[in-house]
Amino acid sequence: MTDLTRLTIAEARAKLRGREFTATELTDAYLSAIDRANPRLNAYIAVTHDKARTMAKASDERLAGGQVGALEGIPLGIKDLFATDGEHTQASSHVLDGFKPRYESTVTANLWAEGAVMLGKLNMDEFAMGSSNETSYYGPVVNPWRRARVDTAVMPSTHDGAGGFASAGGVLEARTYDNMQLVPGGSSGGSAAAVSAFLCAGATATDTGGSIRQPAAFTGTVGIKPTYGRCSRWGIVAFASSLDQAGPIARDVRDAAILLKAMASVDPKDTTSVDQPVPDYEAAIGGSVKGMKIGIPREYRVDGMPQEIEALWQKGIAWLKDAGAEIVDISLPHTKYALPAYYIVAPAEASSNLARYDGVRYGLRVPGKDIVDMYEKSRAAGFGREVKRRIMIGTYVLSAGYYDAYYIKAQKVRNLIKRDFENVFAQGIDTILTPATPSAAFGIADQDMANDPVKMYLNDVFTVTVNMAGLPGIAVPAGLDGKGLPLGLQLIGRPFEEETLFRTAAVIEKAAGRFSPEQWW
Amino acid sequence: MSVDIETVRRVARLARIAVSDEDAQRMTGELNAILGFVEQLDEVDVSGIEPMTSVIPMEMKKRQDRVTDGGKAADIVANAPATAENFFLVPKVVE
Repeated sequence: MTDLTRLTIAEARAKLRGREFTATELTDAYLSAIDRANPRLNAYIAVTHDKARTMAKASDERLAGGQVGALEGIPLGIKDLFATDGEHTQASSHVLDGFKPRYESTVTANLWAEGAVMLGKLNMDEFAMGSSNETSYYGPVVNPWRRARVDTAVMPSTHDGAGGFASAGGVLEARTYDNMQLVPGGSSGGSAAAVSAFLCAGATATDTGGSIRQPAAFTGTVGIKPTYGRCSRWGIVAFASSLDQAGPIARDVRDAAILLKAMASVDPKDTTSVDQPVPDYEAAIGGSVKGMKIGIPREYRVDGMPQEIEALWQKGIAWLKDAGAEIVDISLPHTKYALPAYYIVAPAEASSNLARYDGVRYGLRVPGKDIVDMYEKSRAAGFGREVKRRIMIGTYVLSAGYYDAYYIKAQKVRNLIKRDFENVFAQGIDTILTPATPSAAFGIADQDMANDPVKMYLNDVFTVTVNMAGLPGIAVPAGLDGKGLPLGLQLIGRPFEEETLFRTAAVIEKAAGRFSPEQWW
Repeated sequence: MSVDIETVRRVARLARIAVSDEDAQRMTGELNAILGFVEQLDEVDVSGIEPMTSVIPMEMKKRQDRVTDGGKAADIVANAPATAENFFLVPKVVE
């Protein structure tokens, strides 16, 4: 039998329904792949073998009975940020040690209602704060992609008369892989690495400043952050409530569309969940982009951006032009202020959301001489460096005397960023094409990034604008750099026009092809 | 604006995070790097601009004022480090 873990969700769906294999066989294939690979990749921090097998068995019964959900029998990985009833839910933080919620997040409940199977909980940056998955209490995730040196040699045609060996000539290619471990991006690093390394058919993820799209770009996978309000935030550990959105990471555009359809819903339990029916995103794939207006924002050409990223962007432009789209130069003048405004708004909201971790109701408690001492010691021991840094910044910008100068100012700038997008959409722009990240994946424990938090924050320079304006954005792999690492392009859409993103991303995917790392894990 | 080590200690106290002298020293540098970065916003003219309150224009959804949930005390305390008879236990607060 072929390796079942290599099938896309769409392929597995057809074969499960055609009874070519069972959900149990598919789940077992993934569980063995995880057990084999996880010690090397660290993508999962909890593998739910028993639950996965029980859910797969129930799926097989439904498949036999003809009651088939949209994701019937499809094994998924779940980011540790989503509450899963009775299972490890710790946002990759020490402060939530031992936490097993007695409830299920709306997004995961939606997936199980469609017949999906849970394989386990995926590693992530602690409380989703990070761009490299290195802030996790459970250690970094290793990107399945490695840098390669490609040596090519032209072979002349030869004929060895004596031995009879013949070569028709051509180009010989030899790849030598670098053993340096690379980050998968973050914060959804476990999700991206697991999807890329065939350790789940698809994964849930969340995105507050780029946490779906940046890791997708670093691993050659597809990730979409839908419009704010499209997926319910109920049961997702809160980071920055006005920016957080759930979305999928998948092997291709179609799979991302299938997953988002199942994840999204209108939810009375989340007051920011928007009352709009969820469209059939998959139906948008294969549609034409002819006549569509694609905006190219000049402000996304940043200083020091590698030539390869610029070249990739130009390739994306050429593919969409060839497909009949009209390319329009646009300006989003407040782009450069999005990241600084984000580093006020997001920490401010985080400092408030993370106030609940006090050693009383759940998680870690460190005894103290009185209750305040207990709070301070529990939080000091429970939160990692990056999380503390952000709580401190947030507390400072919200403190008396600084609130207007920082927080209110940032919220005003946020309105200007949103207005930039509204202006170009009013000019008739359908979608905006940008690079997804300013670089390819970098090394674990990169010294420059470790010494300067701001340098790490710059990873999100192209993605964070989208969160600030609440818009949908998708990252789609578009090529490999000179070292053989994947690079992604981002498409930004109008609110609730995810279908346009799927249609356009599918055109890019068709032109670029799909990218998988060579297996070593 | 920049912060000194005393401000860092005060903010840590507000945030209920115990910091050692060494932590406070390191955080002072880190916080100043971030505050230096966000200083760029001073260049932006925001006169006449309202602060954002909701990214998607919508009215806050309200539900009927009736009991829809409850009777789950055991579930609610299930994850607590210390409990007694469905109460959370904390160090003595009032003498």
